[in-house]
Amino acid sequence: MSVLIYADSSEGTFKKSAFEVVSYGKKVAELLGTNTVALSINAADNDQLFKYGAEKVLCVSDETLNDFNAKSYASVIQQAAVAENATVVIIDSGNNGLYMGPMVSVNLNAGYTTNVVSLPNLDNGFTVKRNAFSTKAFNHTNISTDIKVIALAKNSYGIIENAVSGVVEDFTPSISANSLSVASVEKTTGKVTIGDADIVVSGGRGLKGPENWGLVEELAEVLGAATACSKPVSDLGWRPHSEHVGQTGKPVASNLYIAIGISGAIQHLAGINASKVKVVINTDPEAPFFKAADYGIVGDAFEVVPKLIEKLKEFKAQNA
Amino acid sequence: MKVLVCISHVPDTTSKINFKDDNTQFDANGVQFVINPYDEFALTRAMWLKEKQGATVTVITVGNNTTEPTLRKALAIGADAAIRVDVEATDGFSVAKQLAEVVKSGEYDVILGGKESIDFNGGMVPGMLASFLDFNFVNACIGLEIEGTTATVEREIDGGKEIIKAELPIVIAGQKGLVEEKDLRIPNMRGIMMARKKPLTVVTPVECSNATASTSFEKPVAKGAVKLVDADNIDELISLLHNEAKVI
Repeated sequence: MSVLIYADSSEGTFKKSAFEVVSYGKKVAELLGTNTVALSINAADNDQLFKYGAEKVLCVSDETLNDFNAKSYASVIQQAAVAENATVVIIDSGNNGLYMGPMVSVNLNAGYTTNVVSLPNLDNGFTVKRNAFSTKAFNHTNISTDIKVIALAKNSYGIIENAVSGVVEDFTPSISANSLSVASVEKTTGKVTIGDADIVVSGGRGLKGPENWGLVEELAEVLGAATACSKPVSDLGWRPHSEHVGQTGKPVASNLYIAIGISGAIQHLAGINASKVKVVINTDPEAPFFKAADYGIVGDAFEVVPKLIEKLKEFKAQNA
Repeated sequence: MKVLVCISHVPDTTSKINFKDDNTQFDANGVQFVINPYDEFALTRAMWLKEKQGATVTVITVGNNTTEPTLRKALAIGADAAIRVDVEATDGFSVAKQLAEVVKSGEYDVILGGKESIDFNGGMVPGMLASFLDFNFVNACIGLEIEGTTATVEREIDGGKEIIKAELPIVIAGQKGLVEEKDLRIPNMRGIMMARKKPLTVVTPVECSNATASTSFEKPVAKGAVKLVDADNIDELISLLHNEAKVI
């Protein structure tokens, strides 16, 4: 028996989420009294995963897997799960993880749950707590199949060091071609993505127009944060859709979320609720966001944000 | 081209979420149900395939008869026919199995749906459906063009997007970008009248066992009151974020 964790990487480097799922997987394996096996595809520095508890890393090196192909990757995970006799398979909630999760599940005839935020409760079978109703509630789901596939919600367990002495083994799965191929990839480089960011700075209609986004960008730069926006802002075309966060936009689960000029409609809050600490800056003290936030400033963003940027620069200089 | 759009019947985005029966059931009392917003993008894209490329569009849901107004709304928006698989949807794995049975007998070329429903947020049915059928599948789609038997699909990736080429038949799980918000359609009177005459077929479910079961629900713990900081005292905010929240 084992717990198999897929550790996602990009251009050979493990994503931050890989360390979180391995940390989580180690704990699940401990609860089940079994081994922790991680699987990597075309990643370097596989021994990094030992630090988070992987006792074995199955390392796949195959040029045909350079482009992410969900069907091929799902097949590799299935083969690894069978080889390691895995009873639990864990993936992250990145775009790749959520793409292949359902395929892995069908391949292994396994029950699958996403948005998982807790360790399994083994008192009555295998039950996990997960976000549902777009983070307006939690749902406890029992998985009754022999093999369970879990997609861990981002930033829900944390990266926890639990060093073990592990081994790296080459794993050579059989890969069959399929009639789906990646023609091109466009990635913004040098910018923190909303998915990866520890801090997200988000602007709403209170900023009055796209010409004022310099404020959001500068604050984000000082904090090493990603920039985001509310739905009306992306609908008005002030900012690209890829920045829209909220119920029908991107979900945010950062450590810190700063909302500037966003009133806090229920649909917006649903998408950002998983963030640990929320700060709101808004002129209207009645804005619903103040009920959801941890810290708030009632004030004009055009006065508050430049001061905040200046003070943060001083703070960063002192604490560098 | 035959297009099937999978639709979930979900509480409206503004709904307050409550539970009943000792927190084991969703309380639908006073809740308005709508077409799942992610599925609405898919439905609108299907309408374009109908209008520009002559596709026929069927909508489908798995659920009991309370879901029929949602299917009728999809018909009023312009779908040609609707199918309801007559079983309550309680598990993504079995919902995908039920859908797969219908697809097998229907010879569909393109199957569209949203990437997740806004109630259970499972995000699994389209991918499982594709796997059961051995069809191509693209998740988190933000653009779709179909020419002949080839689909060109834009997929959102972490920090960008990629263009995928794939052969039909294909399952597409969409989100905003597949069409824009402004492109979404509201049924007009004529559509509503016509929808009454369009076929809504009720299909008997196949035998299949669930892989998962919802056991209970829980509401997030009410959070403490916001700590207000004076606009002239930014230092205090920085200090709170550093010393108390420990996030900077």
